[in-house]
Amino acid sequence: MDTALLFDNAVVLLPELVLAVGVMVLMMVDIGRRGQNGSQLLAGLSVAILLLGIGASVMIWGRAPVEYLDGAISDGFALSVRLVILIAGVLGVLLSRNWFPAIERQGGAFYSLHLLAVIGMMLMGTATNLIVLFIALEIFSLALYILSGFYRENARSIEAAMKYFLLGAFASTFFVYGCALLYGAGGSSKFTQIHETLATGGGNPSLVLPGIALLLVGFGFKVSLVPFHMWTPDVYQGAPTPVTAFMSVGTKAAAFAGFFRLMMTALPSFHDQWAMPLAILAVLTMTVGNLTALRQSSVKRMLAYSGIAHAGNILIALVAGTAAASSAAAFYLFAYAFMNIGAFTVTIALERQYGNENDVEQSRLAGAAERFPVLAAAMAIFMLSLSGIPPLAGFFGKFLVFKAAVEAGWAWLVVIGVLNSAVSAYYYLRIVVAMYFQQPEQAGDEKEQPFVPASRSSVFVVVVSVLAVVVIGLQPGLWADLLRGLGQ
Amino acid sequence: MVETSYYLVLAAIIFTVGATGVLLRRNALIIFMCIEMMLNSVNLTLIALARQWGNLEGQIFVFMIMAVAAAEVAVGLAILIANVRHRQSINIDEINLLKW
Repeated sequence: MDTALLFDNAVVLLPELVLAVGVMVLMMVDIGRRGQNGSQLLAGLSVAILLLGIGASVMIWGRAPVEYLDGAISDGFALSVRLVILIAGVLGVLLSRNWFPAIERQGGAFYSLHLLAVIGMMLMGTATNLIVLFIALEIFSLALYILSGFYRENARSIEAAMKYFLLGAFASTFFVYGCALLYGAGGSSKFTQIHETLATGGGNPSLVLPGIALLLVGFGFKVSLVPFHMWTPDVYQGAPTPVTAFMSVGTKAAAFAGFFRLMMTALPSFHDQWAMPLAILAVLTMTVGNLTALRQSSVKRMLAYSGIAHAGNILIALVAGTAAASSAAAFYLFAYAFMNIGAFTVTIALERQYGNENDVEQSRLAGAAERFPVLAAAMAIFMLSLSGIPPLAGFFGKFLVFKAAVEAGWAWLVVIGVLNSAVSAYYYLRIVVAMYFQQPEQAGDEKEQPFVPASRSSVFVVVVSVLAVVVIGLQPGLWADLLRGLGQ
Repeated sequence: MVETSYYLVLAAIIFTVGATGVLLRRNALIIFMCIEMMLNSVNLTLIALARQWGNLEGQIFVFMIMAVAAAEVAVGLAILIANVRHRQSINIDEINLLKW
């Protein structure tokens, strides 16, 4: 192969390249630092690298979509998903700063893995080739297995990593088996090539449906669709909360982006066959996610089940399978990034107040509004947005996805989605009610505890998230124009 | 020449054996080995299909899977060791702190 080809259109991967170089710089700086000092420097450096990555994405924003070496593409959808993931990455790094003792010792490892996970997730949204898709999936999965076990003093964190790894590796084998069968069906690892071969009557169409079924298991695991969701609450609860916040948004955005592109560029001619099973999975995911969230006592577990329910909502967009639906999904993920990370940030701040290690029980939230008025107000905004109450960001995410689905003729699915939103309002509002209208049971000793100020970076994250949720909600058209779908 | 479908059926059988092992065995190391076996059955599938199509993409994919499998083992064993330090056991039935 001509080496000049290597550099043609390499600008497609500019954000990933910036981050990859950044990871190497970060590891070098880590080798150079002495003893316990300098983990603040590493955090600052990681944020700077991620901001450079955002800059690089903005730089290539307006260009016509070009493909790099049959493996990656920079269309509007890839860029939108990249933006969501980079924002989640920045907020995640800011939250991790100061959060746990291991970071003082091994900050270099932590932040490098964090950035590597971001790279893998971004690649997932750009991949146009089964091999790239698989590698991207593994890059971010392997990084996240380690990150979720990073709080090594805590047995729950290690246990979460163990569960996540065993089930994740198991799901990856299904995913890659599905890729192999699709390659066998289309005779190529390129999405568009597979589509052409199958659409012209060639290839082995009999391998397509088993391939889709196996891929569905792998993707279903990554975005935690029911019945592949059993790991989600355990891992979300056990992993360090800043990692959970980043992971909950990042993996969803990445896996949905990859799944969207695969299904809509490689297998659009099989839409009739895969839409119905996905619709059933969406119904199951929303219903089981919401009903189980109703009976959770831990805030982190409640948010995990709420994440499962949201995955079901986004899946509705994939069932519709139109370009408008994919841009609606990008908008949904954009809004979800802020409201979900915001909710986890308030959880982190509350963890500090209650001196609890890595979790908050919902019963302890009673009367929180009196003690921490600002935190409670922020949490209330995030909860209202997650439940989809207008005019906040979450409402317009749901609105756009449901609208695209109705236009594609999936009205019954949207009805179930709306009913589920009504159910979800119950457990989101329960937190608001507990904070504002209930009195703590043992009022005496609760009030004696001194107020622990939240770290400056988490205050920043809360402020940014609240502003974003409100601004996106007030100006949804602006953002809906900015975030593009497939082929736009 | 042996037909491609024979290889595909053999690979499917190996994959099923591996998956059954993951679900039934309780020793984390054995589960790792079963996952490796599943990945290797995918490699066999890819090689057979690459021969049928007469292109190299399937074979390149196999190399990528091998590299990923190696990385996965490294990460997995590290997590396993960290886990053993906490509870002196690799039986996954004893991993039960987190539950609903």
